[in-house]
Amino acid sequence: MSAPKTESVRKIGDTILKLENISLAFGGVKALTDISFDVREHEIRAIIGPNGAGKSSMLNVINGVYHPQQGTITFHGDVRHNMRPHDAASQGIARTFQNIALFKSMSVLDNIMTGRTLKMKANFIEQALWIGRARREEFAQRAKVEQVIDFLEIQHIRKTPVGRLPYGLQKRVELARALAAEPTLLLLDEPMAGMNVEEKQDMCRFILDVNEQYGTTIVLIEHDMGVVMDISDRVVVLDYGKKIGDGTPAEVRGNKAVIDAYLGVAH
Amino acid sequence: MTSAPAQAVLDTFPRLLLHHAQVRGDRPAVREKDLGIWQTWTWRDVAAEVRALACGLAAQGFKRGMHLAVIGDNRPRLYWSMIAAQALGGVPVPMYQDAPAAEFVFVLNDSEIAYAIVEDQEQVDKVIEATPQVPTLAHVYYDDPRGLRNYERVLSFEALQEIGREFDRANPGFYDAEVAKGSVDDVSVMLYTSGTTGKPKGVCQTHHAFIESARGAAQFDHLTADDSILSYLPMAWVGDHLFSFAQALFVGFTINCPESGDTVMTDLREIGPTYYFAPPRVFENLLTQVMIRMEDASALKRWMFHYHMGVAKRCGAEILDGKPVALLDRLRYAIGNLIVYGPLRNVLGMSRIRVAYTAGAAIGPDLFRFYRSIGINLKQLYGSTETCAYVCLQPDGQIKFDSVGKPAPGVEVRIAGNGEVMVRGPMLLKEYYKRPDATAESIDAEGYFHTGDAGIFDDDGHLKIIDRAKDVGKLVNGAMYAPNYLENKLKFFPHIKEAVAFGDRRDMVCAFINIDIGSVGNWAERRGIAYSGYTDLAAKTEVYQLIKECVEQVNAELATEGPLADSQVHRFLILHKELDPDDDELTRTRKVRRGFVADKYAVLIDALYGGKAVQHIETLVRFEDGRTGMVAADLRIEDADTSPKSTIAKAA
Repeated sequence: MSAPKTESVRKIGDTILKLENISLAFGGVKALTDISFDVREHEIRAIIGPNGAGKSSMLNVINGVYHPQQGTITFHGDVRHNMRPHDAASQGIARTFQNIALFKSMSVLDNIMTGRTLKMKANFIEQALWIGRARREEFAQRAKVEQVIDFLEIQHIRKTPVGRLPYGLQKRVELARALAAEPTLLLLDEPMAGMNVEEKQDMCRFILDVNEQYGTTIVLIEHDMGVVMDISDRVVVLDYGKKIGDGTPAEVRGNKAVIDAYLGVAH
Repeated sequence: MTSAPAQAVLDTFPRLLLHHAQVRGDRPAVREKDLGIWQTWTWRDVAAEVRALACGLAAQGFKRGMHLAVIGDNRPRLYWSMIAAQALGGVPVPMYQDAPAAEFVFVLNDSEIAYAIVEDQEQVDKVIEATPQVPTLAHVYYDDPRGLRNYERVLSFEALQEIGREFDRANPGFYDAEVAKGSVDDVSVMLYTSGTTGKPKGVCQTHHAFIESARGAAQFDHLTADDSILSYLPMAWVGDHLFSFAQALFVGFTINCPESGDTVMTDLREIGPTYYFAPPRVFENLLTQVMIRMEDASALKRWMFHYHMGVAKRCGAEILDGKPVALLDRLRYAIGNLIVYGPLRNVLGMSRIRVAYTAGAAIGPDLFRFYRSIGINLKQLYGSTETCAYVCLQPDGQIKFDSVGKPAPGVEVRIAGNGEVMVRGPMLLKEYYKRPDATAESIDAEGYFHTGDAGIFDDDGHLKIIDRAKDVGKLVNGAMYAPNYLENKLKFFPHIKEAVAFGDRRDMVCAFINIDIGSVGNWAERRGIAYSGYTDLAAKTEVYQLIKECVEQVNAELATEGPLADSQVHRFLILHKELDPDDDELTRTRKVRRGFVADKYAVLIDALYGGKAVQHIETLVRFEDGRTGMVAADLRIEDADTSPKSTIAKAA
């Protein structure tokens, strides 16, 4: 036996998401200016940058929450304009939020079940009476959800209302809900914000496992440089809505503009 | 009725398994909660699984006399691995799953492990980390494939069984012939001692020893194949091996493996076992949780609870023991049973419990009485790895809070001149592995094993354990000093998690205290005391005052206990960090390593005896991932009032 090979079986594939010349403004505030980058299949792509750099806006553009005034987004070869979040979900994009967006009074299990909504076909009557498709679907969906619960090791809180959980676990539940949708592209908005060292390590492990086991492509925003440099394949750096760097962690680390943006520079 | 097998041929565990597969093939042998659902394997299923596994191991070169490391949480497949090894005449060596890789090295080398079956990636990683120092280790198999896709030369449990099935088809008579070769005097398992003193030692136990221990216990407590137990304690611990492996295979009852370590409480409630075993720590945690939740309940419920607990305290244990109790109290108890004790037992997952045992450490009398008074037949037993955890058992109806019961069927117990408990019987170890010196030292010419515990028999023939024989010391004035006895008294308070007392060859007794963060944290929240973490909370003046009251209460009790009256705690301090097995301060079974702690915190001991009021200390701590950090604090040292010696002996 031997330690894991450095090379993974997951093969970084072709570009699945391409953003070209994206510009987004809210009135006079330019959130994003002429940004282009791509995401390849199976890779972990990080977006970093100081506060207010436009990272979350970028994610919201990918997800269809914001509609950029200029630029094109190509996902799986289709150029899209004015896509709504609903379409994003049905195309296999799932996400988590910077400020946890779970149903606080619902159990962990029910929260994760909501991630399966798109997979359910039963109509209102069937749902209400729990007959026919509704019943069959619930069994099938629950089985999927249980796999996610097992994967993220949250069996012990299955029936706990989310509002009663500590922050780190809520973050994990949110990831679980996103995973339950079986996404091909997973967007993570600061998955490790506010966590202690141990929770961060667990989360890193889970993100890598998701990427490894399901081959899910991941785009993540993160402030913790150590984490970003450790787990991402490529990093794009934003500052004041502009792209100032793009490349492997090593390349980005040596980039003068990036160092200046993070450490500040004398004018 | 006991359905335990009696024939002489059923003298090894693999043969017992075949027997159960025949006589109760469709009855559940093992359950495990997986993906939210309890999965069941019948005895016939288990026999087939073990057969495939044993053949797989044989095809991979596992031979008679070899050792198989088994590492992980309580998983059905790991239990099966142990029987499979035994079927081939090999010896399973279960190891503590939470030990770091460095600690694996010693055991893996000592037992010359070439084959290991482990639970998951975490264990595989640790075994791989240990490999460079363990030249013999060549074959590693895993149960849970998660995260292991890219590992080279480790094989999954399924793949191993597939190899086994093929091997079985090619060599149809092989498995039965191998099982037939087994002898009752073969070593059936090697369990490592926790290493409270020095390096761990491999205790070799035979099929005979464990089967006889299981037979005795089964008769004693009338266990049947309809019983059911939750298997959640470390597989490397002798208690789990006796209850979940030896007794289950001897009697044929069902073992239930929880979903994960964190879900034990829920799983306990879902399964509702009839037979239960837990160290005092678990019972203590359960009670603490109940009490915390009761504090949060409405005033009416609180009143109901406290009123009925009062009734239970007065007569509950007596009713359970079948002793005479006044009619009015019986009536009150019956009402309490309906509205408080019954629901409480249900919440604890103990509604169906017929027999529950605790062992491994002293249990507080209040704690013990609590469970008995709400109708749970909790009893104590005494034993060790060397004696298959089978020496003394408390008979139903003859429960004393401070004794461990009477010698179990087939066991002889004798007290040596120095107070040491000595035992003889079929359950004794064959030897310490490769340690003839240690074997000769612990078993004397007459065949008695020296337990190292100091104990006394009371008038009714119940054994009472006081302390470790070597720990019993003397104060400067010649008074007897039993540190464990003292520490246990302190630990009986829910606010105190751990205590380390010092006093041997000194003029007074002083102690280190670890507060229980759950209990004290809740207490602090109730009083609006803000704190950031353990270190901060431990240093609060209010907390010191709280602990001081506990210490003084212990002093008052000690004052009435004749020879121990001089052991009252004069000064104490609350440690700035929790004692932890990762820092070598506790053993894996969470016993304090007294000598190590004394050396590590020598500066604090000097401060205690030097009369200082404050002492600065910096300590290295090791996190679970192996990294280290420093914790620094200024520790306050508090004086505790002592009580004058009293001649009035308190009623026990």
